[in-house]
Amino acid sequence: MGRLSVNLCGTELDNPVIPASGTFGYGYEFNEYYDINMLGTFSFKGTTREARFGNETPRIAEAASGMLNAVGLQNPGVEKVISRELPKLKECFHKPVMANVSGFSVDEYVEVCSMLDSEDQVGWLEVNISCPNVHGGGMSFGTDARAAAEVTAAVKRVTTKPVIMKLTPNVTDITEIAKACEASGADGISLINTVLAMRIDIGKRKPLLANVTGGLSGPAIFPLAVRMVYQVARAVDIPVVGMGGITSAEDVIEMMMAGATAVEIGAANLTEPYICRNIIEELPDVMDRYHIAEIKDIIGGAL
Amino acid sequence: MNQSTFKILENRNLAEKVFFMRLEGDTSTVTAPGQFVNIRIDGLYLRRPISVCDKDEKTIAIIYKTVGKGTLAMSLMQEGDELDILTGLGNGYDLSKAGERPVLLGGGAGVPPMFFLTKELIKLGKEVTVILGFNTESEVFFEEEFNQLGTETIVTTVDGSYGRKGFVTDALADMGYSFYYACGPEPMLRSVYKTGTTDGQLSFERRMGCGFGACMGCTCKTITGYKRICKEGPVMNREEIIWED
Repeated sequence: MGRLSVNLCGTELDNPVIPASGTFGYGYEFNEYYDINMLGTFSFKGTTREARFGNETPRIAEAASGMLNAVGLQNPGVEKVISRELPKLKECFHKPVMANVSGFSVDEYVEVCSMLDSEDQVGWLEVNISCPNVHGGGMSFGTDARAAAEVTAAVKRVTTKPVIMKLTPNVTDITEIAKACEASGADGISLINTVLAMRIDIGKRKPLLANVTGGLSGPAIFPLAVRMVYQVARAVDIPVVGMGGITSAEDVIEMMMAGATAVEIGAANLTEPYICRNIIEELPDVMDRYHIAEIKDIIGGAL
Repeated sequence: MNQSTFKILENRNLAEKVFFMRLEGDTSTVTAPGQFVNIRIDGLYLRRPISVCDKDEKTIAIIYKTVGKGTLAMSLMQEGDELDILTGLGNGYDLSKAGERPVLLGGGAGVPPMFFLTKELIKLGKEVTVILGFNTESEVFFEEEFNQLGTETIVTTVDGSYGRKGFVTDALADMGYSFYYACGPEPMLRSVYKTGTTDGQLSFERRMGCGFGACMGCTCKTITGYKRICKEGPVMNREEIIWED
C-alpha cells in the first residue's frame, strides 16, 4: 500500500483519483495519451439499455470558470458496451473499473446493472440518478428521496458489486436523498453531478444550447461541491466520492478533508487532457507541504 | 495529440477581422492538412479550436477571425507571448483521393486549411485549382500567397466587389476536376455538395468541448454511424454526410 492508497467500498485504489463519467469515454481511448493504469480507477461513459445519440448540437457552452454541457447520455447501449468497449478496455487497463449506469425507469436501471454485474472487470456500479440533460429519467430519480431509494433497492437486488449512487446537487436537501440511498442498501454515494444552468446568445436572442438547459461543471462549482460533500459525509456512514470542479492536487486534498474517500475529476479532463496524471504525480509533494503522511488519514479531516 | 507550449513569432491583421499568427513549437503531431489545434486562452475555460494553415518543422501558422472573446484576446497577443496548445487534432484531408486535377474550395474562415492542403498536393505533383470565396473585398486574404504556390487561384465575392461575383460554387460549376476538397460555412458546404460532380471531402465546424474525442459535445450523424467532428472529423467523405435541417 502506497501513501496515496484508499479503500473504496472494499477495494483498494492505488490513489483516490478517478476520471468522472462522461469525460473519459470507455477509457482505452485515453491510453494513447498516457498509461491509464496509473489512475485509481475511472468511471466509464454513462450507459443505458438502448443506444442513444443524445441531444442535438450545440451541446457545449462556455461559462466563467466552467462550462455547460447537454450531451444527453450519448452511448452505444449496454450490449455494445459489453461486447465491444469492455474487451478493448481489458487489453490496456488491468484494474477494476467503475461502471456508470443511467436509465429512464427502475426496470432499465435493474436490467443494465444486472448485465454489467456479470462483467469481471466491473468493480463498482455507479448509478447515475442525476443526469440533468435527459427528460423523464436521470435526475428525476435523484430529486425525490423515495424514487432514489426505490432505484437503490432494486439495483442492490441484482448485483453483488458495490453500488455507489451518484447524486444531483439540484435539490433542496441533498442529505435527505443520500440517507434514503444508504437506508436502501447503497454502498457509497458520489456527488455532485452538474448544476442545472443556462446561457443565452444575446445576439441571436436564443439559448446557446440546443437542449436549452445544460449542466454547469468546472471550478465554478467547486465550493458548492465541497459544501455538499461535507453535508453528505456528516449525514451518512458509507463512503463518499467527491467531485465537482477539482483541478489540482490541493483541491483533491480539500475534497477529501470534506469527507470524500476518493475523488472524481470531470470537466478538467476536457481542457487539460493530462490533468489526472499530473495531479497523481503532484500529490506526494503537496502532501509533504501539508505534513500528510498517508492520504487516507485526511478523509473527513475537516468534519 | 500533443500538449505543448508555442511561442508567437508573428500576429498580424490580414483583412477585416482576420488575423495571421505564426507560432514556434513542437509540430511533430501535425500530420495532415485539415487538422486543427486547440488553444488555451487566459480567462476562458474552454480551449479555442483553430485549423492549421501552414506547417514546417518548427512552426505552425493559423488564421483566425475575431468572432468572440477568445479570438479577440488572441488578436491582442504579442510577439514572444507563449500559448498552451493541443496539436494534431482531427483526421485531416486524405491526399490519396485527389486524382490528378483536384479543386480546393475555401469560404471565409475555411480558406486557411486549403493553403496547407495546396502545398501538400503540389508536393505530390498534382495540378491544383483553388477557389476562395468571401463576402466582400475587405474580407479577402491570402490570394497572393496561393498564387505564389503556383496554383491557379480564383477569388469570388458575394457582392462582386472583388474577383468574380458570386459563390465558390458558381466557379466550380464551370470547370472540370478529379476530386474536390471543401472547407467553409455550412451553407457553402451544402452548396458544394450539390454542385460537385465528383467525389469530395468536406470539413465541418462545430462548437466543441474538448477537441480530442472525450466529451461527445460535437457528435453528428453520418451514413457510417455517429461521428465526433473533433476526432473522426472534421473532414467527412461526401458519401457519408447526412444533412440535417
